[in-house]
Amino acid sequence: MNANEFDVIIIGGGITGAGTQRDCAMRGLRTLLIERSDIATGATGRNHGLLHSGARYAVNDAESARECIEENMILRRIASHCIDETNGLFITLPEDDLAYQQTFVESCLKSGINAEIIDPDLARRLEPSVNPELIGAVKVPDGSVDPFRLCAANMLDAKLHGGQVRLHTEVTGFIKEGDTIKGVHTHNHQNGEDVDYYAPVTVNACGIWGQHIAQMAGVHVGMFPAKGALLIFAHRVNNLVINRCRKPSNADILVPGDTVCIIGTTSTRIPFEECDNVAVTPDEVTLLITEGAKLAPSLSQTRILRAYAGVRPLVSADDDPSGRNISRGIVCLDHEVRDGLKGFVTITGGKLMTYRLMAEMATDVVCRKLGVEKACETAQVPLPGSEEPSYEEVAKKIWESPTMAQKAAAARMGTRAARIRTGDRRDEALICECEEVSVGEINAAIDRLEVSTLTDLRRRTRVGMGTCQGEFCACRAAGLLAKAHGCVARERADLEDFLQERWKGNFPIGWGDTLREAEYTQWVYKHVLGL
Amino acid sequence: MKLQEYTKSRHNFEECMKCTVCTAYCPVLQANPLYPGPKQAGPDGERLRLKDPYFFNQALKYCLNCKRCEVACPSGVHVADLIQSARIKYDHTPPKLRDTLLANTDFMGKMARPFAPIVNGVTGLGITKTILDATLKIDRHRTFPKYSAPGFEYWLGRHKKEQAAFPEQVAYFHGCYVNYNYPQLGKDLVKVLNALGVGVQLLEKEKCCGIALITNGMSAQARKHAEHNVAQLRQAVLDKGLKVLTTSSTCTLTMRDEYPNLLGVDNADVRESLLMATRFIFEKLEKGATLKFKADYHKKIAYHVPCHLEKLGWGIFSVKLLSMIPGVEFILLDSNCCGISGTYGFKKENYEVSQAIGAPLFAQIKSVNPDVVACDCETCKWQIEMSTGYTVMNPISILAEAIE
Repeated sequence: MNANEFDVIIIGGGITGAGTQRDCAMRGLRTLLIERSDIATGATGRNHGLLHSGARYAVNDAESARECIEENMILRRIASHCIDETNGLFITLPEDDLAYQQTFVESCLKSGINAEIIDPDLARRLEPSVNPELIGAVKVPDGSVDPFRLCAANMLDAKLHGGQVRLHTEVTGFIKEGDTIKGVHTHNHQNGEDVDYYAPVTVNACGIWGQHIAQMAGVHVGMFPAKGALLIFAHRVNNLVINRCRKPSNADILVPGDTVCIIGTTSTRIPFEECDNVAVTPDEVTLLITEGAKLAPSLSQTRILRAYAGVRPLVSADDDPSGRNISRGIVCLDHEVRDGLKGFVTITGGKLMTYRLMAEMATDVVCRKLGVEKACETAQVPLPGSEEPSYEEVAKKIWESPTMAQKAAAARMGTRAARIRTGDRRDEALICECEEVSVGEINAAIDRLEVSTLTDLRRRTRVGMGTCQGEFCACRAAGLLAKAHGCVARERADLEDFLQERWKGNFPIGWGDTLREAEYTQWVYKHVLGL
Repeated sequence: MKLQEYTKSRHNFEECMKCTVCTAYCPVLQANPLYPGPKQAGPDGERLRLKDPYFFNQALKYCLNCKRCEVACPSGVHVADLIQSARIKYDHTPPKLRDTLLANTDFMGKMARPFAPIVNGVTGLGITKTILDATLKIDRHRTFPKYSAPGFEYWLGRHKKEQAAFPEQVAYFHGCYVNYNYPQLGKDLVKVLNALGVGVQLLEKEKCCGIALITNGMSAQARKHAEHNVAQLRQAVLDKGLKVLTTSSTCTLTMRDEYPNLLGVDNADVRESLLMATRFIFEKLEKGATLKFKADYHKKIAYHVPCHLEKLGWGIFSVKLLSMIPGVEFILLDSNCCGISGTYGFKKENYEVSQAIGAPLFAQIKSVNPDVVACDCETCKWQIEMSTGYTVMNPISILAEAIE
């Protein structure tokens, strides 16, 4: 059999694509994942990282709420190293209608979400950063999830089940015979090669870009691009997710994720052509800080690390211009049934939270087409790294007395931290001091997780995600990448791109300490290192 | 530029620009590879600890709390405060018996002083040192400070009347060392101040400043000391309108800065009135007061600025006072930590690190070969005397010796 032939080709390296590849691979299919950039570069990596309990959707969208809470419980089991079981609060402020709380709790309970009204005093004790003026609070099983880690773990598991991955490879066209999609033409942006891949089924899992891919295949999927802007603060202000108990609106969720916390979002309809190039505006920054400070007042004096925006992959369903009331529901299209196009499936809509369910639905369609009858196991089998319930357990089993960096590695890699080489002091040296990432951890990522650029490395290890935003770690990590890839010139260009990309996120909030730090970074790289 | 304009964070940890100057200045890091260094232990580690106290690292106990990182930091991050606060907040290991004994300097002083000759004799014996080394892990190389039978408080009590006769009055926080081990320093201060027309009185009842309790993990007890002492300071400063002088740089730093920053004990209303005697004397001389120095005084003095005095920014007052004495050849030693840091160097596990940290200072003293080393810190004094053989005197004692 030709090395370029597979059972299924999945286009899109977001969480839906990676999840679908994992599911297909676990059901015994020969899979290929194609992604034009890196994993989690679209909406997957551009959201809050909120492990929704579903409470946010309970009042308006019971179906989404139910899906969320079910998947929430599944992810706690199968993705323990990617999630943080923080719990969350829905707070009512004096300007909000306290009557809404009752509707909210009833809706939650109906959807199976354990929502519990608690005394405002207790809320203040549980979460000292919360706006002390709150007049009501509901506790829900929200949490946080690291989308990069989750995506990488799905991709890794697909690989462990024989799957192949082509990152930085763009689909340029379809190989079509009559009414059947037989494969794809691709172009690799890094080595410039054009390669054709063949499979009886191709899955379009490209999120918002699915519209474009579908168009290329000759069918229409109308997406509804809605931009959402978010801010990352430099440390955890809160340890519980804080939401506003009111009709979903702007900047009303504050999520603690790893060493930072994130406020968002806004919602603005944008033309499809702008999806590749979204920027955060000064108005959005002002709105996020102002509204954010209503959840946790200290945000107004907390250092901001970055601003970023993502595009929600909503499927247009009505004419609501804000995009808020569109269902977050999953859309799985078998184009053979819908459009008479064989061998092509689109999986879209949905949310980060429901990626596994989306993957299951898409894989079911793929398997039906291929006549494969194996049942889905993704809800039971833990992802690689998640075999232990907590990082304390992981660290305890690997190291006698773990250092701070080893503890941090256990929190990021889960049981895979055992793969970090130790014993040599060079392996234990830190590359990223803000996030405590060692040489050994970087090398483990380079070995297994398809890393070609510093930005890829950042998504998999948190290198450059800390307070210094790459000031010290970027050049060190670049050294390791240059060694791994055997090319200094390419790495030098990559380093420039990486720093440029870091600055892009600093720019909209470029004042105070963030500006000082960015300026210092510029001195280091431009004037000391001559970049 | 006002750095705090936009950002407020505990001990300014968000101001850290990761420049790593603190790490370059840390004396421990160069001598002990187990210590993660001030940047990692301080602002970097803080972000992880905020995520989960699980990320607290026991190796933070290797921090000397010398505060040199804070002096070095160009961004105003209270690096050492971050480290000590983390220890207070997250380290719940009960202190060892040895640490409890070392930390309770005033309790030990009270117990030992009545039997001073016996205690001094016993602690000086080789066999005692061997036993302490083996049982309590107090390093055998260390010499315990000698206890003095009549304490300073007793002595000043006997001179209360004549002191009250001076038109200007100050209160003196003598600290454990002057009261229990070396009353002569207190007497020297009284001599100098009297020569300037200033009478000395005690606080009604002072307690140990508590620094050894803080660094040995007994912060609750330290907080009680702090609350007591601040009440005492208020009595002297607010009720009687006195300045409170000290002769120990560490007691001063502790009461001025560690009380509010580490123990959460507010001292804002008295902080500015608590000063090193050297600063008070220098300011008096600046305003025209004079001291009459001996005509035939000759001494080559090498001055070591203790780390905590450097943090206060007050080394300059000792420098000025010593170099104004006629007949003094004054040498300012390079800025280095001596390595003892109070009770730290007494612990067996820290002995080698402690000596390695102090090595550059000891070498410089030996090459300068002074008649005497001057220093405002009693624990630096023990360390330098033990490690170099040179005598160390407080600048106040040198002043007392040099005046008529």
